[in-house]
Amino acid sequence: MKVCIVGCGAVGSLFAANLAQLDDVEVWAFDTSQPHVDAINAHGLRLSGAGDVVGNVRATTDASALPACDFGIVATKAMHTRSAIAATAHAFKEGSVATVQNGLGNEEALAEYVGNVIRGTTFPAGRIVEPGHVQWDVKGDTTLGPFEPRPATAADIERLADACTRGGMPTKAVADARGPQWRKVIFNASTNPIGALTGLTHGRVVERPDLRTLVTGLVDEGKAVAAAQGIVLDADPEELIDHAAKPEVAYDHKASMLQDVEARRSTEVDYLNGGIVRFGREHGVPTPLNQAIWALVKGVEDSWTI
Amino acid sequence: MTQVVVAGAGTIGGLFAAHLARVVDVGVLTRRVDHARTLSERGLRVSGRGDFTSRVTASTDPGELGDPDLVIVASKGGDLEALATRLEGRFPNATVMTVLNGLGAEEVVAAHGDWPILSAVTFMSGTRHDDAHVEYVLDTATWIGPFRGTTGADASAAAELIRLSGLEAEAFADLLPAQWSKLIFNATVNAVAALTGLPHDRRFAEGMLGDLVRALVDEGKAVAAAVGVDLREDPWEMNVHATQRGHAHYPSMLEDVVAHRPTEIELITGSLVRAADRAGVAVPLHTALYALVKAKEASYS
Repeated sequence: MKVCIVGCGAVGSLFAANLAQLDDVEVWAFDTSQPHVDAINAHGLRLSGAGDVVGNVRATTDASALPACDFGIVATKAMHTRSAIAATAHAFKEGSVATVQNGLGNEEALAEYVGNVIRGTTFPAGRIVEPGHVQWDVKGDTTLGPFEPRPATAADIERLADACTRGGMPTKAVADARGPQWRKVIFNASTNPIGALTGLTHGRVVERPDLRTLVTGLVDEGKAVAAAQGIVLDADPEELIDHAAKPEVAYDHKASMLQDVEARRSTEVDYLNGGIVRFGREHGVPTPLNQAIWALVKGVEDSWTI
Repeated sequence: MTQVVVAGAGTIGGLFAAHLARVVDVGVLTRRVDHARTLSERGLRVSGRGDFTSRVTASTDPGELGDPDLVIVASKGGDLEALATRLEGRFPNATVMTVLNGLGAEEVVAAHGDWPILSAVTFMSGTRHDDAHVEYVLDTATWIGPFRGTTGADASAAAELIRLSGLEAEAFADLLPAQWSKLIFNATVNAVAALTGLPHDRRFAEGMLGDLVRALVDEGKAVAAAVGVDLREDPWEMNVHATQRGHAHYPSMLEDVVAHRPTEIELITGSLVRAADRAGVAVPLHTALYALVKAKEASYS
């Protein structure tokens, strides 16, 4: 089978290089970085850290070079979903497309362009060290399920999950993937912007009682919005927040949103807190804290353009 | 009144000292010896809305500043306790007037001596260019009211003197309505500016950020109502009005976080949150901003 990774950054590269270990999978990667694409084509896609592999991946910046694929795995930042799938949708006319991105709204964007959509959530993390080389920081599970309005078939979801698992990325196919997705969204929306607004690492955010109270306020709003949609979280986001604050886990980790703010890059806040506010409005659940945090982070982004 | 001492020679203190020195003898109490020396040698220059230089007597020792009728305390909130301690046992014939942001400066000063005390808030603004030069930017008024052992007539006399010196001032029988208007305005605008990096401009009155500002103002108004203060001005209208001036104002709390200095969050938002707690009013948004700004201060180290 042919799989195309759309957006071959850190997370996309973890899927691409691991899937490329399988004899029965041909892996393509679409990315906008020419140096990264050139390095992958010249030397393979290399992972080091939590796992050391080199994958034979065919990479391109030219979407028209993509063959018809059985599966797409979209791993761009959430603000690039629409442009990425608009460019590559022709490769998935017969296939199914999964998102393993952060935030809410990616499935909806994909469904505007392709017919069979897979809702996904992934916990592994890494970072690009140099073109063609990704540091694999954290191993973790992935969950795939149907995007209910335009679902891929259960058989196809199972097939992709099986390939990912065999390649070294443990993945479960489930009937309702919203629980893990909302747990991760609530985790990210309740901690990342706090780091971004204060400059503190995850551990330092969690150890300040007044900030921890604010985090719980944000979590509670997210849980209420999930509950109003009938979503059952697969675990309490609070557990993940406290677990990540341990020194041996991610105490010193600067949230990606803090890294974005320090580098003056657009953040994913529209798809995290913004997503919670939007779904809250649709279901009549007030989310004043998420709304406030959303406005503050947008204000930060706005301050760079004075 | 013939002699005034200004304690705290930042922007606001500098504007008072330089203007008042045109009509009375002015002493300036500084924290640094070199600052006092510079002021005594070069005088205090005002630019912007004025263009003049005033002679002042400056010292780090209150004993060298004579026997004033009025002492104007105009420090930053974080410096107030130390400054009030230095005033202990000094200036026996003076009325002390506090001109700080937030609430509670009067009580801090009152704990260090039995002077009559006037309460004041100021809306004038400026930019401190160096130890002996302040630019006078906004000529909005200082509002003065009685606090301890003073009357409306004392407030009027202080306001009269300040007006005579060329600044705007107004006296009130009860300052709380004005003080609370400014408290809510500052708690909202300063914290949002400090967290976003945005100067106070039209963006605070429109879109998502405008919604947040309005929600913060509404929380503040609920606290004022619960403690029985009838606001003199609607802080939302103050916000809209200020953002229509056409130039971007950088609130001091934004300047503080950019420079990695301690902010006045305790005296401003802290005062509001504590008053809300006592009154049993929920202020989740101000509580959030309070925690965020304090955490931002903690991130400097």
